[in-house]
Amino acid sequence: MCNDAQAKASARGCADSAGVEHLGTMVGMVPADPRVGGTPAAARLDHESAEWLRVLGEAGPPREAALARLHELLVRIARGEVARRGPRLRISGPELDDLACQAAADALLAITGKLGQFRGESRFTTWACKFVIFEVSAKIGRHFWRHPSVPLDAEDWDRLPGHFGFDPAYQAEWRELFAALRRAVDTELTPRQREVFVAIVLNEVPLDTLVLSLASSRNAIYKMLFDARRKLRAALAANGYLHDEPSRRS
Amino acid sequence: MNGRSELDRFLRTDPRDVGCAQAMEMLHVYAELVAAGAPAEQRYPGIAAHLRACGPCGEDFEGLLAAVRDDAH
Repeated sequence: MCNDAQAKASARGCADSAGVEHLGTMVGMVPADPRVGGTPAAARLDHESAEWLRVLGEAGPPREAALARLHELLVRIARGEVARRGPRLRISGPELDDLACQAAADALLAITGKLGQFRGESRFTTWACKFVIFEVSAKIGRHFWRHPSVPLDAEDWDRLPGHFGFDPAYQAEWRELFAALRRAVDTELTPRQREVFVAIVLNEVPLDTLVLSLASSRNAIYKMLFDARRKLRAALAANGYLHDEPSRRS
Repeated sequence: MNGRSELDRFLRTDPRDVGCAQAMEMLHVYAELVAAGAPAEQRYPGIAAHLRACGPCGEDFEGLLAAVRDDAH
């Protein structure tokens, strides 16, 4: 499996001599790697994946049977995923199972509509499972959007030190740091970056919920938070509150 | 880890971070490499950096990895 997985991962042919794949990064708004989502690579399909593609591409009873098998797999994976995330969610019982079944049904639709985009870089079932995991995420985000536990724009700055594990008994040591952080949030960030920072960091709104609330995308919200983090760290380091070291690469 | 180092860790950004779109695009490939014990992080350092920093994508990766391992049995 190991060699097969590595060979498929190499199918894009965009690795350097050390085998490192170079994709676009968040820094400098580098555009997405054009090889991602581009024309199908000449990856070698394993027998099972080729069979899935063949049967799903046909009409008639064999296709219906394959769809039923795929749906069964997606339901199983979705149920496993909601069970894995369940303890951290305020959803349980039939509602959680309903969410899993909806995620599986929507994933099946997405998969059958995108069969032509499968490039054989992984097993077909791995590619298919990705869709149901994303559907579970999106549906959990939607649930919290409909049932928010805290207003998205509330601002309780007193909660922030606790989020990072600062001990209230040593408030004298970190009070200035958080005053500086709050000043930086007000002066260094754009209004949109500030809105995203407050929602996600102060109010602990799930990122996928904010995506729905702002009618945006996960990538766009993450990029705003990424830039906000970079600006805030630079401001705190410039004023001696944090060590000004290059970003770690571990 | 104390509060200051936790705050510092959160605010640090990795210039190799590829963002959500590219990480999601390649997540099935990355998860299969990890499941196979291949050096996924060395091959895709930008995706590894992103999964460390992005809660939702990290969660999706953990879910997909569990699914891959489940599907393999």
